[in-house]
Amino acid sequence: MTDLADRQKLSYIAAQAADARLNVELETEGMTLNIGPQHPATHGTLRIIVRLDGEQVVWAEPSAGYMHRGYEKLTEVRTFPQVTTLINRIDWLGSFANEVPFILAAEKLMDIEAPPRAQWIRTILFELSRIANVGLFLGDLGVQLGAITPVFFAFRDREYVLNLIEAATGGRFHPNFDRIGGLKDDLPAGWITETKQVMKKLRMFCDEMDDLLFGNEIFQSRLRGIGVIPADVAKQYGLSGANLRASGVDWDLRRDQTLPMAWDKVDWKVWTHPDGDCFARCWVRLQETREATKIVDQLLDTLPSGPVMAKVPRIIKVPEGEAWVSTENPLGEMGYYVVSKGDLGPFRVKIRSASFNNISIVPWVLRGVYVPDVISILASLYFILGDIDR
Amino acid sequence: MVVPLSDTGSTETETLALPGDGLREGIVQRLRDALGAGVVDSLVKPGEDVWIRVTAEAWRAAGMALRDIIGCEYFCFLSVIDWMPSPYGRGEDDPTQPPPERDPTIRQGYAGGETRMQIFARVTNVKEHFGVTIKADIPDDHPVVDSWISVYAGANWHEREAHEMFGIGFAGHNDLRNMYLPMEFEGHPMRKDFPLLARIVKPWPGIVDVEQLPGGDDDEEEEATT
Repeated sequence: MTDLADRQKLSYIAAQAADARLNVELETEGMTLNIGPQHPATHGTLRIIVRLDGEQVVWAEPSAGYMHRGYEKLTEVRTFPQVTTLINRIDWLGSFANEVPFILAAEKLMDIEAPPRAQWIRTILFELSRIANVGLFLGDLGVQLGAITPVFFAFRDREYVLNLIEAATGGRFHPNFDRIGGLKDDLPAGWITETKQVMKKLRMFCDEMDDLLFGNEIFQSRLRGIGVIPADVAKQYGLSGANLRASGVDWDLRRDQTLPMAWDKVDWKVWTHPDGDCFARCWVRLQETREATKIVDQLLDTLPSGPVMAKVPRIIKVPEGEAWVSTENPLGEMGYYVVSKGDLGPFRVKIRSASFNNISIVPWVLRGVYVPDVISILASLYFILGDIDR
Repeated sequence: MVVPLSDTGSTETETLALPGDGLREGIVQRLRDALGAGVVDSLVKPGEDVWIRVTAEAWRAAGMALRDIIGCEYFCFLSVIDWMPSPYGRGEDDPTQPPPERDPTIRQGYAGGETRMQIFARVTNVKEHFGVTIKADIPDDHPVVDSWISVYAGANWHEREAHEMFGIGFAGHNDLRNMYLPMEFEGHPMRKDFPLLARIVKPWPGIVDVEQLPGGDDDEEEEATT
């Protein structure tokens, strides 16, 4: 594989040298290329302006804001229970995971805690949305690099997970299932056995992806050594989730902070990769999907009985105070800084979404890369537009 | 509103309730040593979180100290709070009636404050697993603070967003273009005195949702059925 990469690099250099000779003779000018707003690699409407010198990017600038919905302002005119409807739509592929940190922040301010069964089900649904989200990423990754098959596998297997989420919550994409103090409902009958079967299928899906993509020579040569982000740069830019762990930083909010959730009750592993390149980012995500299926299996085995809702007043007034809660969402660290004035609704909510920080590194990481690698890097950083613009 | 904690949770709560928090009080102390009078106020919630307020002049130095002395290398976010209560309330007023009286007093949150606008940021130490929320008052007459770009490169977009939404200037940031709105847009939407017009023209009927249901006598005592 390294030979192939070296040969590619050499041919690039030769081509560059030939170009440079031509440029001297012809005095060519740089070219500005627009990627997007409508582009399959952007998961929504993100425009990236790249200025090229031959095949090489000399300057790149993402232009976000095509999908800004002003959620921070809208939360200020809604009551606490109404906010979850909005924040479901931030990262639309893993909606349930968006609700959890906000509800936890409100619960922290109110000093209540969900009953154990609700904590368990929350964690299960959280991991299911991770599988749905990252599973689609794995398929989409193939499409962006020119492999058509994986995306059909991904859509097929994501459907099983979405059906589970729909059966439990009533909503495929926007469950709006989390309540302050617990959950709206208990799990339906037969859901546990069904979920276990689906988890088996999902582990097979991960193995398929491993064979189809990660063992593929072309895939590796497109991703290995491309878009390397060192750990200190990643931390400075606030990269989170798999993007940070792929740079060798062992930091997972599920393990490294105390939250009233069930992650610390089961046995699982945080995967990191020392390379920091595109391949590492994708590989860490694949391992995380596998790990998530294991978490769900173990949680289903230890699911406690009892109510799913704590005793909360019917009219929810959150006491005055400030709280910051963030969780390890499918895309990275997602958190809410909630300021309450003892009112029915929040005074100010700062939504810290993962993709906003993850994509702010694009001008840094795209400098000097070649045009085909732009797509690989964007795909491996993995962002969702709703999560950038909010 | 008191809720019985679960059996699994009770032991954790006992450890969290210990008085004092050496780690977080140590952070405040080390920042005080580094910045001197730059640190104005602080609040430590033992075992949970820490809020530190610095002066606007010490904002950049505080970022440097957090990164280099405290070891918070991971930049989480930066934003602004407008502490003025909204003159439009939460948009639930009847537009046909005159607007009700509202209390215009500005009350700042944790770690205090003196001005209407406050900048706040959060940085994390990923090795020792703690985060720090740092705040600074922004003078009302000259809303400019030093940029954090040279401290945390990731602050770039966050400062652009704060400039666009709150009208805060950042000295040392030479690319404060709008991210979301057209450049000719007037006003700063996240300021409390910027009306959410859609809500004022047609108030949200959602307020009905939290009205008392038939059968409920006292809302504070009323408990949700599971």
